[in-house]
Amino acid sequence: MADTPGIAFQILQSVFVVLAAPLLLGWANQCRAWLQNRSAPSILLPYRTLAKLFHKDAVIAKNASALFRLTPYVVFGCMWLAAGIVPVLATDLPFAPAADIIALVAVFALARVFSALAAMDIGTSFGGLGARREMLIGFLAEPAMLMTLFTAAFISGSTQFNTIVETLGNREFAIDPSLAFAAAAFLMVALAENARIPIDNPTTHLELTMIHEAMILEYSARHLALIEWAVAIKLFAYVSIGIALFAPWGIAEAGNWSALPLAFAALAVKLTLAGAGLALVETLLAKLRLFLAPEFLSTAFLLAVLGMLTHFLTQG
Amino acid sequence: MDFLPSPLSGALAAAVSWLVIALASLAPGRNALVVRRLAFPLGALAGLALAAFGLQAMWLPAAQMTLPLGLPDLPFHLRIDPLAGFFLMLLGAVSAGVCVYAAGYFRDESGERLTLIGLQYHVFLASMAFVIVADDAYLFMVAWETMALSSYFLVTTDHKLPAVRGAGFLYLLVAHLGAIAILLCFGVMSGGQGDYTFDALRAAELKPLWATVAFLLAFFGFGAKAGMIPLHAWLPEAHPAAPSPVSALMSGIMIKTAIYGMVRVIYDLIGGVRWEWGVLVLAIGAATTLFGVLYALMQHDLKRLLAYHSVENIGIILLGLGASMVFLGFGHSAAGALGLIAALYHTLNHAVFKGLLFLGAGSILHATGLRNLNDMGGLIHKMPKTAFYFLIGALAISALPPLNGFVSEWLTFQAALQAPLLANGVVRSVLPLFAATLALAGALTAMCFVKVYGIAFLGQPREPRHAPQPKAPAAGRDAGTLEQYGMAWLAAGCFVLGLFPTSFLLMLNRVATSLTGKGLSRAALESNWLWLIPSSSVQASYSPGIFLIVIVAVTLLTFLLVRRFYHGRVRYADPWDCGYPGQTPRMQDTADAFGQPIRHVFGPVYLMKRHLPGPDDPAPKFTLKIEDRHWYWLYLPLARLTNYVSSKIALLQQGRISIYLLYSFLTLIALLVFVR
Repeated sequence: MADTPGIAFQILQSVFVVLAAPLLLGWANQCRAWLQNRSAPSILLPYRTLAKLFHKDAVIAKNASALFRLTPYVVFGCMWLAAGIVPVLATDLPFAPAADIIALVAVFALARVFSALAAMDIGTSFGGLGARREMLIGFLAEPAMLMTLFTAAFISGSTQFNTIVETLGNREFAIDPSLAFAAAAFLMVALAENARIPIDNPTTHLELTMIHEAMILEYSARHLALIEWAVAIKLFAYVSIGIALFAPWGIAEAGNWSALPLAFAALAVKLTLAGAGLALVETLLAKLRLFLAPEFLSTAFLLAVLGMLTHFLTQG
Repeated sequence: MDFLPSPLSGALAAAVSWLVIALASLAPGRNALVVRRLAFPLGALAGLALAAFGLQAMWLPAAQMTLPLGLPDLPFHLRIDPLAGFFLMLLGAVSAGVCVYAAGYFRDESGERLTLIGLQYHVFLASMAFVIVADDAYLFMVAWETMALSSYFLVTTDHKLPAVRGAGFLYLLVAHLGAIAILLCFGVMSGGQGDYTFDALRAAELKPLWATVAFLLAFFGFGAKAGMIPLHAWLPEAHPAAPSPVSALMSGIMIKTAIYGMVRVIYDLIGGVRWEWGVLVLAIGAATTLFGVLYALMQHDLKRLLAYHSVENIGIILLGLGASMVFLGFGHSAAGALGLIAALYHTLNHAVFKGLLFLGAGSILHATGLRNLNDMGGLIHKMPKTAFYFLIGALAISALPPLNGFVSEWLTFQAALQAPLLANGVVRSVLPLFAATLALAGALTAMCFVKVYGIAFLGQPREPRHAPQPKAPAAGRDAGTLEQYGMAWLAAGCFVLGLFPTSFLLMLNRVATSLTGKGLSRAALESNWLWLIPSSSVQASYSPGIFLIVIVAVTLLTFLLVRRFYHGRVRYADPWDCGYPGQTPRMQDTADAFGQPIRHVFGPVYLMKRHLPGPDDPAPKFTLKIEDRHWYWLYLPLARLTNYVSSKIALLQQGRISIYLLYSFLTLIALLVFVR
């Protein structure tokens, strides 16, 4: 199971995801600026922000506990781990059998629980508010996400990401109604999980509306940098999950170095489209009131369930 | 290994030694120190021995024994098989940790109370062991009732408080309703043969109708003890009323004996599981899971909150059992075994982490005298060790990898994902919906424990609302050494069960094989210590060991890289006050505020009585009361009905001897007419 080229692929992919993640964020921000008739920042701006933050002195509240300082590393570690599970460039990654799609969702949950705990550590009212809202979005999004993934799991008869992607990638091109439902549900969940419009606004600091930003208000310098970077990796991972489930064509098999350039090219095209699509969604939609979020996400959940039922119906 | 006693006699010896310790607690003239220093540690040793014998029994064929005790011609029968061995292991291992903790916890009790606690506590433990090894309905019911009574006395340890007496009465009532159902179930199973040994019950062939009646009686009878909806109302009252180690035993182990009873009766004694039963178990399991966690989210009393989570976890266990019964009913033995294994694994896991959490709550109670979360805050600074163990328990119950809660929920998901095997289209599409319930409950549990941990341990200390602080025996101190050992033992259990699931999977496969005849698929048995494979390696696999290594490695690597390339400079400052300097710690989120989004989303689930002050209210006061709806549609009508019926029956009672003589006369006439 664990041969040398496979492990090399594994390490290559996880490092690649970690390094390339801010680029996707920069591209999405750039597209959004263009769509909104603003002059766009450089696509490399997220890297510069990270570098700036890493060089600053960290300011930590006096009553912070060890948990507060540990959390950024745990969150970053979780996202790095997720980047190792999701097939981005290649399927058949040697690490992937260690954690299937259920474990992947649990990894995101682990990161969320730690961020929420850290937000409550200082004891400001904003921290608690952010933690509460984040957990609200989390418990609504998680079942919908699992149902989406289960639909794919039922189609391929496996909860392992490798097998799912291989099954979906190697079959004839056809629009499967259950996958169409699942894709719609996944899109909604992905927007919510990544704190994007219409659920949250990553650029706001208005107390009435912010969710994720309220949680990380007390963080600064290298801790903030790690969290921001983790946010970028999470977005990249979600986009990759979407690509892997709903547009897996062109992905290489681990150890097959000759397929790698094609996989890179395919990924670049798909990511470019995905980033532009994200900017478009964020420009066209307005942010929902917080208490409309349950409706939004339960719609996603229902779509996912419909997808699953459709699968059972069409399979007879 | 001839020099070792057989598992059955070993287990019997351990249980009897608990009884001896119980009696010995009374002996030394009410000396608290002896009970604390001797009785509880010895009880822990007996627990360890019991766990070892249980473990051994899981690998051996079933063994039987008859004790020359009991009524004439009705001796006690004992039997140990893999299922009993598993539950003995659970009982022994968890009680060992709780006993060590109790030795430290009761340090401020008076001698008189402590001798009584020592007696009841060890009788309670021994009766649970006898419930598990009983092999006839008679011994089973005797042990079952002893268990109910001893735990009743433990619940009412603080009997001077009216609320505690009320909780105890409710507990006794529901326990006996359950016991009646179980008794009737044994009667139905024996089919009028009059032989109540389990061998005879096993051999009896029941008609499908009677088998279903027996199933329903067993399910609801044991369900009352397990705390499933709608028979759960006693649990959040009784478990918090007891002293914390006893709460840990009740939530951790006692409600699991009900699961044992369910599995024993339904799988073993009745046999021939039907899928319709499974659907009922699934439906009730899903309701229990959701109601349990939703009500837990509304609590601000830490121990009540934990008790509601026990209700939720019983629901999760029932989901696994239900899935297993559905698969077995349709003849898919491997998937059925997987569901059963998931349920039993969760039983063990819940015993470990819920025990740990109740012990943590006990240490908080000792150090602060508080049970209300809204008065706590910042305990991580005063009680770092308790905070550490509680965090492990909180992460485990939230089903986060690589701890144990995740493994059993993962197995339950995997069981539900075997749905495509089923031929019945409706059941096939409904089964994954129960998995969705589980996913929702898991995420809600995570929210609830973020609330508990964030409000109790993190943040700033909230100054108490009420001026006189309740008396705290160990004011402001962290848990004592023995308490820490107890918690550390269970926390280690969370890791071992989370990191080496395959050994437990194979053990539980022995249990499943002994009950259903067939176990997991062959591919699943090729799981090694690193890889957990429930059905086949293509379908799913999980490796907690690799998972842990990778996540620790990348986290450490991140830390080292940041340190290597940048710096570790830190300045300490006051938290950012948003430009408003008048903030006080009371402005932090409270437990009730944290649950507010849930109240908003799941409003109809609760019975909410809320008073919102208007804008020109001279003395604005916000009140909120949340009650369990079950009280109003089930319990109170039942109570009224009982009162009504009793008042009608009381008409018979006139208090005049001539009337009573008339009754006797009429009875005699009636008998003469019928008997002739």
